[in-house]
Amino acid sequence: MMGNVEDPARWEQRYGPWGHWHRGPFWMRRRGHGGPLRRDPDERLAGGVAAGIAAWRGFNVTSVRIVFVLLALIPSGFCVPLYVVGWLLIPAAGEQTSIGHRARSDSRGIALAIGLATMLAFLLFIINVVGNGWIDSYAWPQLVTAAGLVLIWRNATPEEQATLRRLTEPLGSAPNPAARTRWSVVRLSVAAVLVFGGAGWLASAHESLALLRPLGAVLLMIAGIVLVLGPWWLRIARDLVLERQAKVRAEERADISAQVHDSVLQTLALIQRRADDPQKVVWLARMQERELRSWLFEGRAPGEADAAMTFAAGVRQIQQDVEARYGVPVEAVTVGDCELDENLNALLLASREATVNAAKWSGAGVISLFAEVEPDSVSVVVRDRGKGFDPAAVSADRKGLAESVHGRMARRGGTASVVSAEGEGTKVTLQMPRPSAAPARSGGAS
Amino acid sequence: MSGTPRVVLVDDHGLFRSGVRAELGRQVEVVGEAEDVQPAIDLISSVQPDVVLLDVHLPGGGGQAVVQAIKPLFPSVRFLALSASDAPEDVIAVIRAGARGYVTKTISTAELADAIKRVAAGDAVFSHRLAGFVLDAFASGGPGSGSDVKPSFDPELDQLTSREREVLRLIAQGYTYKEIARELYISVKTVESHVSSVLRKLQLSSRHQLTRWAAERRLA
Repeated sequence: MMGNVEDPARWEQRYGPWGHWHRGPFWMRRRGHGGPLRRDPDERLAGGVAAGIAAWRGFNVTSVRIVFVLLALIPSGFCVPLYVVGWLLIPAAGEQTSIGHRARSDSRGIALAIGLATMLAFLLFIINVVGNGWIDSYAWPQLVTAAGLVLIWRNATPEEQATLRRLTEPLGSAPNPAARTRWSVVRLSVAAVLVFGGAGWLASAHESLALLRPLGAVLLMIAGIVLVLGPWWLRIARDLVLERQAKVRAEERADISAQVHDSVLQTLALIQRRADDPQKVVWLARMQERELRSWLFEGRAPGEADAAMTFAAGVRQIQQDVEARYGVPVEAVTVGDCELDENLNALLLASREATVNAAKWSGAGVISLFAEVEPDSVSVVVRDRGKGFDPAAVSADRKGLAESVHGRMARRGGTASVVSAEGEGTKVTLQMPRPSAAPARSGGAS
Repeated sequence: MSGTPRVVLVDDHGLFRSGVRAELGRQVEVVGEAEDVQPAIDLISSVQPDVVLLDVHLPGGGGQAVVQAIKPLFPSVRFLALSASDAPEDVIAVIRAGARGYVTKTISTAELADAIKRVAAGDAVFSHRLAGFVLDAFASGGPGSGSDVKPSFDPELDQLTSREREVLRLIAQGYTYKEIARELYISVKTVESHVSSVLRKLQLSSRHQLTRWAAERRLA
């Protein structure tokens, strides 16, 4: 039943980077994420609109970008303002409101935008009188672009403002004498000749019927623009890559520290509490050593399930491990089952941490661990009737809940909630959405 | 139901029987013990207790054989199944045969006494594990999918309501009826009626998923 084509992960493994083109024409790949449309700040070149649409509908990012650029070059030029409007109205992933929403209360920004648009409109009228139909039709939509960019500039998050600044850098730094080396002077002059030559050619060719001449003119202009802006674009691309790498590194660091907390620190705490029992201490140390070794050298996190393992088996393993290590009975109930993936592994690790916390701190005689696999999500409830605590009073540097549970879930798009009160036990509810493509493998459901 | 319920213990482990008898003390009246299917049927027929505490695993045919023999003769005798193994096929079999509830042997004495009283009063008792089994067995799949469907005379029986699902989830998480009532803002009586209704569905449903689910676990 689980054929290669049905399982994108396996397919991709087998066919390398081409694996994600397996369904439909080449510019399509897997299904979209199914969620609402969000700009993707992690994959952005400008506003992340293309990346957002690609992730939303499951297209290839590069294809979407090419389509955008081609549309932008169409004489009517409606795509550029469309992009800007998208930037304004689509919220970035992880944010509640769109820039447009925030901009509504920015009356100065609105005034500025309207002012700029009016000024440009006035200019266009003048150009109109001089008369060139092509520029005219292309330029009118750019009124929206200019006004939109002003609003974005004023209301974007600092991170996005930095992107905008980089994108507009060439305009600002060209007259800057410090940046003007001999090479750049030559480059700029050649570019100017190309651009103005192309523009002149285009203007003179307008009346002519020869189709090839305007085409050549456009190519000249494009060459000029690339010459002027090329180095900046390269730098922007490089900066973006660096920024993404830094982000990945930060997430890795967070994962590692969560890992160390879950295993090493937990064991050290246990050893301190069992200090009067040398045998137990040796046993704990051995076990920790084994775990740490398997994580360091085999790349397998302690408690992380084997690839072949299912989710329910992972839950059972948590039950066994916690019972063995802490001597507290864990009543585990699982409903349904499914294959493990990265997200569910994270969910298992968070569940383990919550169960261990309950075993260590609650003082309850028994811990209940309930896991349910549903078609669109997997949820885990860890509950005890122990002494409970005040979640608001836990200091932020206590790693257990904040990083191992909340952080782990949030990084994978899941949610975690903790309900506890002194004397009334604790209930940790974890939920991880599932990609809708994978069918639930329940005990009885077909 | 007035006074303490009269209880018969059926279990092949003498140690367990005497342990339960000692622990339950005066909370219930233990009127007899049996250690296998046939002696149990004879004993129950003669003393006609309120509740039979029945081990799922018996050498001579399993707990459901006792239930099947007694049910037609003495419908007023109620069965509370008890097991250490938690194997779903055993549990579902004895429930389908007509037991009013199921608890694990690890249950605390107070909870066991409470469960016996509930069953004596005609309520259903689900352990957290049985609740998990039932959720699993009734897991939503499109109705009519699969070729081995034998349609129920009453389609209601093939579905759990969302409220019943909620109640089962909380039971599976170890909540008591009282805690469930507080959590869902309903009365304990309502919780009991939800659980009874689930029990009825479990016993009467011919839902194909249930059949297949049990068959997969060697139950057919």
